Amino acid sequence: MRGRLAGGARRLAGLWLVPVVIAVWEVTTRLLEDTDFPPPSTIVTSMYELWFSGPPSRLFFTDEAIGNILPSLGRMFAGWILAAVIGVLLGVALGRAPVATQYVDPLIQLGRAIPPPLLVSLFALLFREELRTQLATIVFGVIWPVLLNSIEGARSVDPVQVETATVFGLSRRQQLWRIVIPAAAPKIFAGLRLSLSLALILMVIAEVFAGSDGIGYQLREAQREFETPIVWGAIVLLGVLGYLVNSLFVLAESRLLVWHRQATRAT
Amino acid sequence: MLEISNLTHVYGSGPTAHRAIDGLDLSVAEGELLSVVGPSGCGKSTLIRCIAGLIRPTGGEIRIAGTPVRDTPDNLAVVFQDYSRSLFPWMSVADNVALPLRRRNMDKARRRAAAQEALESVGLAAAGKKYPFQLSGGMQQRVAIARALAYRPSLMLMDEPFGSVDAQTREDLEDLVLQVRGHHRMTIVLITHDIDESVYVGDRVVVLSKAPAHVVGDLKVDLPAPRDQITTREHPDFVHLRAEVGRLVRGVEAAAS
Repeated sequence: MRGRLAGGARRLAGLWLVPVVIAVWEVTTRLLEDTDFPPPSTIVTSMYELWFSGPPSRLFFTDEAIGNILPSLGRMFAGWILAAVIGVLLGVALGRAPVATQYVDPLIQLGRAIPPPLLVSLFALLFREELRTQLATIVFGVIWPVLLNSIEGARSVDPVQVETATVFGLSRRQQLWRIVIPAAAPKIFAGLRLSLSLALILMVIAEVFAGSDGIGYQLREAQREFETPIVWGAIVLLGVLGYLVNSLFVLAESRLLVWHRQATRAT
Repeated sequence: MLEISNLTHVYGSGPTAHRAIDGLDLSVAEGELLSVVGPSGCGKSTLIRCIAGLIRPTGGEIRIAGTPVRDTPDNLAVVFQDYSRSLFPWMSVADNVALPLRRRNMDKARRRAAAQEALESVGLAAAGKKYPFQLSGGMQQRVAIARALAYRPSLMLMDEPFGSVDAQTREDLEDLVLQVRGHHRMTIVLITHDIDESVYVGDRVVVLSKAPAHVVGDLKVDLPAPRDQITTREHPDFVHLRAEVGRLVRGVEAAAS
């Protein structure tokens, strides 16, 4: 308990650096007076005007925000969830079948080595439709950490736990849902977390190359029209979104895996 | 109740093959508490896993209540040595105990009631909502015993169940086993490497040889009931028996070296 409090205090203490960096950034860019490097205040103002100056009834979101940020988040989560479901089920199945994994492993290593942005063009040709192309890009890009971690998690389930479940007559199905998946959960979550941050990156890439709306699309348009503050604003927005999404995930993970944190601390 | 005839098990094959059990014969009567002692690494765990149907022996036959063991028999429970690995850390204590009862076709309310009753019988009535990591080692092993009891097996196998707890807890758990078998009519096979424990708990002690294991000694333990950690251990018959078992185990070790 004391350790957690101290850790929290240390994390808060680290926050003082944020305003200092922003202040230095503000002063430097103002002195520089270069339009390619607008001061943070200008970036925030343009972000506010573009996305957050809407009516109170819509929580201050503008049409631009609703038409771009929401679809971006939707794509990111849809792709991530799809990859998570496929990755966990396939990974756990493979993890319990070591021989099959040996055969499939070279394919996984190959697939993982392909830079996903390259596939946007291929998927665009294959699907000829924007949303499917984007989702395929995200799923293909983020599935690997989930898949590999699920394989590893399912493979390293303690044999005594499986023996116990077998002795007490749990069916294969019950063993999968009640023993193997919970036992593999800490590793699966590590994979899911990695995938989530990748999903944000691939969402932007998919939108920049094959989008007609979304934050990535707005970034591309702003670049074409030399609206430098909006280019910077999109980057800031993506950074903040990534931070928030990751924080929420870590919070959910720590709630769900309380047993794991406590049990590993106790030993 | 349990009939083992000419049991043989070999791990692997070729020059690296390890013969763990070789021609082991053993029978356990209904309601008997049999202690099995042997030097470490003698194939005791292999024996347990064969009886439980977790591994298929390469030779011989095991029958429980007349039926040959294939897969895992549904009237059998196992208490493993390492409670920290056999209890599921993501489930509460009550859920751990209730989990196997799904096989008994009980509805949720009855599973819960049976788990609570089993926890009470091992002295953990208030621990149901806790998680295993919140309990001491001895209490965790009690939970494992409660899980086996709730399952109401006719045969309970205990694989060095008290090997990982301190001496005081060990004595408490030994008494718990004696008390439990007084309440529930069940046959118990307890594997241990502790000579005193084998005599104190058992109705009968079987001594195994070093691997490949076979039976080298079979002694009846006739000690006055109820057994007690102090008086039983100073009883002349106890002292005599533990010496005899000790000699057999030592003999095994001397012959091996």
